[in-house]
Amino acid sequence: MKRWLSLLAVVFVMMVGMPASAFAASVAEPQTLRVYNWGEYVSDGSDGTLDVLAEFEERYPNIKLEYTTYASNEEMYAKLKSGSASYDVIIPSDYMVSRMIAEDMLLKLDFDNIPNFLDVMEDFKNPEYDPTNEYSVPYSWGTVCLIVNTDLVTEEVDSWNALWDINYDGNILIFNNSRDAFGIALKRLGFSQNSTDPEELELAKQSLIEQKGFLQSYVMDEIFDKMESGEAAIAPYYTGDGLIMQEENPALEVILPKEGTNLFVDAMVVPKGAKNKEGAETFINFMCETEIAYANVIDYLGYSTPIQSVYDQLDEEILNDGVSYPSEEYLATCDTFINLSDEDNKNLEEMWVDVMAAETGTEGGNPIFLILIFAVLFGLSIYRAVKKHRNREL
Amino acid sequence: MKKWLARGYFALILLFLYAPILVLIVFSFNESKSRSNFTHFTTKWYTELFHNELIITSCWNTIQVAILASVLATILGVFAALGINAMRKRSKALLMNLTYMPVINPEIVTGISMMLLFVYICGVLNTFLGEGTVELGLWSVLIAHITFCVPYVVLNVLPKLRQMDANVYEAAMDLGCTPLQSFWKVVIPDIMPGIVSGFLMSFTYSLDDFVITYFTNGSSFQTLPITIYSMTRKKVNPQINALSAILFVVVLLFLVLSNVIQSRAEKQREES
Amino acid sequence: MLKKLASTPYVLWMAIFVVVPLGMMIYFAFTTADGSFTLDNMLQIGKYTSIFLKSINLAVIATLICFLLAFPAGYLLSRMKTRRQNMMLLLIMLPMWMNFLLRTYAWMTLLENEGLINHFLELLGIGPLSMINTQGAVVLGMVYNFLPFMILPLYSVMAKIDPSLFEAAADLGCNPMLSIWKVLIPLSRPGIISGITMVFVPSVSTFIISRMLGGGQNMLIGDLIEKQFIGSSYNPYTGSAMSLVLMVLMILVMAAIGSFEDDEMEGIVV
Repeated sequence: MKRWLSLLAVVFVMMVGMPASAFAASVAEPQTLRVYNWGEYVSDGSDGTLDVLAEFEERYPNIKLEYTTYASNEEMYAKLKSGSASYDVIIPSDYMVSRMIAEDMLLKLDFDNIPNFLDVMEDFKNPEYDPTNEYSVPYSWGTVCLIVNTDLVTEEVDSWNALWDINYDGNILIFNNSRDAFGIALKRLGFSQNSTDPEELELAKQSLIEQKGFLQSYVMDEIFDKMESGEAAIAPYYTGDGLIMQEENPALEVILPKEGTNLFVDAMVVPKGAKNKEGAETFINFMCETEIAYANVIDYLGYSTPIQSVYDQLDEEILNDGVSYPSEEYLATCDTFINLSDEDNKNLEEMWVDVMAAETGTEGGNPIFLILIFAVLFGLSIYRAVKKHRNREL
Repeated sequence: MKKWLARGYFALILLFLYAPILVLIVFSFNESKSRSNFTHFTTKWYTELFHNELIITSCWNTIQVAILASVLATILGVFAALGINAMRKRSKALLMNLTYMPVINPEIVTGISMMLLFVYICGVLNTFLGEGTVELGLWSVLIAHITFCVPYVVLNVLPKLRQMDANVYEAAMDLGCTPLQSFWKVVIPDIMPGIVSGFLMSFTYSLDDFVITYFTNGSSFQTLPITIYSMTRKKVNPQINALSAILFVVVLLFLVLSNVIQSRAEKQREES
Repeated sequence: MLKKLASTPYVLWMAIFVVVPLGMMIYFAFTTADGSFTLDNMLQIGKYTSIFLKSINLAVIATLICFLLAFPAGYLLSRMKTRRQNMMLLLIMLPMWMNFLLRTYAWMTLLENEGLINHFLELLGIGPLSMINTQGAVVLGMVYNFLPFMILPLYSVMAKIDPSLFEAAADLGCNPMLSIWKVLIPLSRPGIISGITMVFVPSVSTFIISRMLGGGQNMLIGDLIEKQFIGSSYNPYTGSAMSLVLMVLMILVMAAIGSFEDDEMEGIVV
């Protein structure tokens, strides 16, 4: 017995006294840098590409990366907003950057630590979402495209309407986040993707509910599998990712719809509460290095680059593939998300839950039923309690 | 006839329970990433798995939390059971209700309610200590795990205490033991089976918990279930299959071993 | 006296980490973002009636299927020889120890359009059937994950039933069906109740099974709550209101089926 106890005590002291890091071979006292990025959004060394994160740790042996991922801007925002977590570097999209600036959630960057910022193309400096360019450094940019499996879809597709085509019942995927999904619905109806007009939004919401009837599922990163393996026929997604899927499955075609689409920039920022701001700036600077950015954004991600020296090295093939760097005229038809007011954001989020919650065919369900269920259960429990009480008295 | 019907029925239930797991295991040796076509035999996913730093770290985190939580929960729970056993009916009933709370509450409710508390604590501390000093992590996961584990210890130890003959404790005192001695030498050995099963239950629940950890883990403290969840949401990665196969074998070994030990102990008891 | 004090740390612990959080949840359920009292959060739930009804509906179906599968299994198990019994129990418990995310993931790969089951069906000349992302898939996931939780309590009460009771019933003229109805079912009531609780509660509140097998189209209460806290926005006010309703629903269900009636509530813990 005593032996057991002392053994337990030893194990216990060991566990309390030793943080996980004690098990890693430590060089000096490594500082950690917590990076929170989109899933599938950094080159990880698979298929002969450069493992960017490993490269970073090799270059800066005193910095230990803690890399975690999120599936959408909204998920990342919720996590930060709840105050349950803090990070050193995050990579939100344009509208989310401006929302976070507006809500005072970001730190101003020290650009002396980010000399590679000079290499950012002029078009991407002082962007709308960060007009004074004090908070962000662009990571990559791109558009939202339609990905079509030509094995399953024989007709020519050039419009968002394809996502509402009943012929592909059960074979359509759509974004599992409010902004992108509403963006597509609005654009299809000919409205601005930044519309806050209640009537336009209501129409978009109705069309998303209608679409639910022939949808396969709502997806984010799960889309890679589903499109590559031929699980689904048509889906919208980020163009760079579409090109990656095309490499895996040549039957896929990447199409920019004629109505125009969403143009986005994802930028690196440092949120308030960061514990290693200097490390964060080192990381941001590293990601902008020509070689790294080329390996990461061009070789691996297939997105478009905001870095001049990378752009200068691009192959003709990429420049002319029609989707990575669309023409000026096409870009003019595209919208970039702007930050909505608190009220509008909340509204959009609620409408999105409504879409997700909607039962096709029925209108929301009558609350009376719910109240009825509660009443019946309550009645039953009272009945039981009374019966029990009586039994006891007998 | 009847016998065969029964056997057939069990065979079907077992097939239902095991087929999916076996498929995962078979496909962990599949060269291609496809989940329906078996191309070539390979063990590369296992090699990759063992080099996956995230999985190794989260494994370690999971074990760390499980050991700490189950040991602390056991200590807390044993003392609680001792106290509850000595209480009068009314206060006992009150405490038992409190004990059942985390057991009967849906996990998600426990999870979000604890998240609310932890986030509030963080908020208060951060206003005093400066932004970002305190955040959810090991501490919050540990507290949450202890909280849902203690009731199981209490519920396992309490019946053993009730079965115990109170006179034995007094007899030990009469024979010259100090209260502490008689506690260690008489009470604890008597309720040991309850303590062990409470401990094991806490340990396995903690190892396996996803929902409550999901709401209380903060930014970078990942346990194995959390890592598995994030893996299932991305591009398919056959390392998941390899991981399933390994976990299956570990669980199998553990259960067989514990069964052997148990039946051996029973045999010994019968003989003596 | 000293002995009573032994539970003080526990009482404190449970007060701080169980009672206070639940209290906060109730508080949030009835407040607005600026801290004033409101009933709005609760009234909002009316909008999501269909989700609540669907969750209850699917969970009831899953519980029923579990019961129908587990009742014969539990009975047969309880009539086996000890050695065999232990072996079978082990086999039934084993999958329970695997992480449930992995088990659900396994079904995800099986049910896909291009999955293994459809490949088999193709060989037989049937299908392909679309199985993933349907309500059926969600129910299947629930049954698969929680079936052992129904078998084990049923088995443990049935094992305690004296076999001579069935003989007596037969002697008194009961046919087998009648003796199941008159003897087996009434005597295994505690097992049935705890089995139902242990399948129904996690089924109603799950968000993983519906997400992985339902494709986000089959949203359940759990998903709705998760979305308020981590999924897409941080809105603890409506989220707490929903959780409160869920919690009350569970307590009422348990009270209504009589889970609280055994003084010790044994059986809830296997």
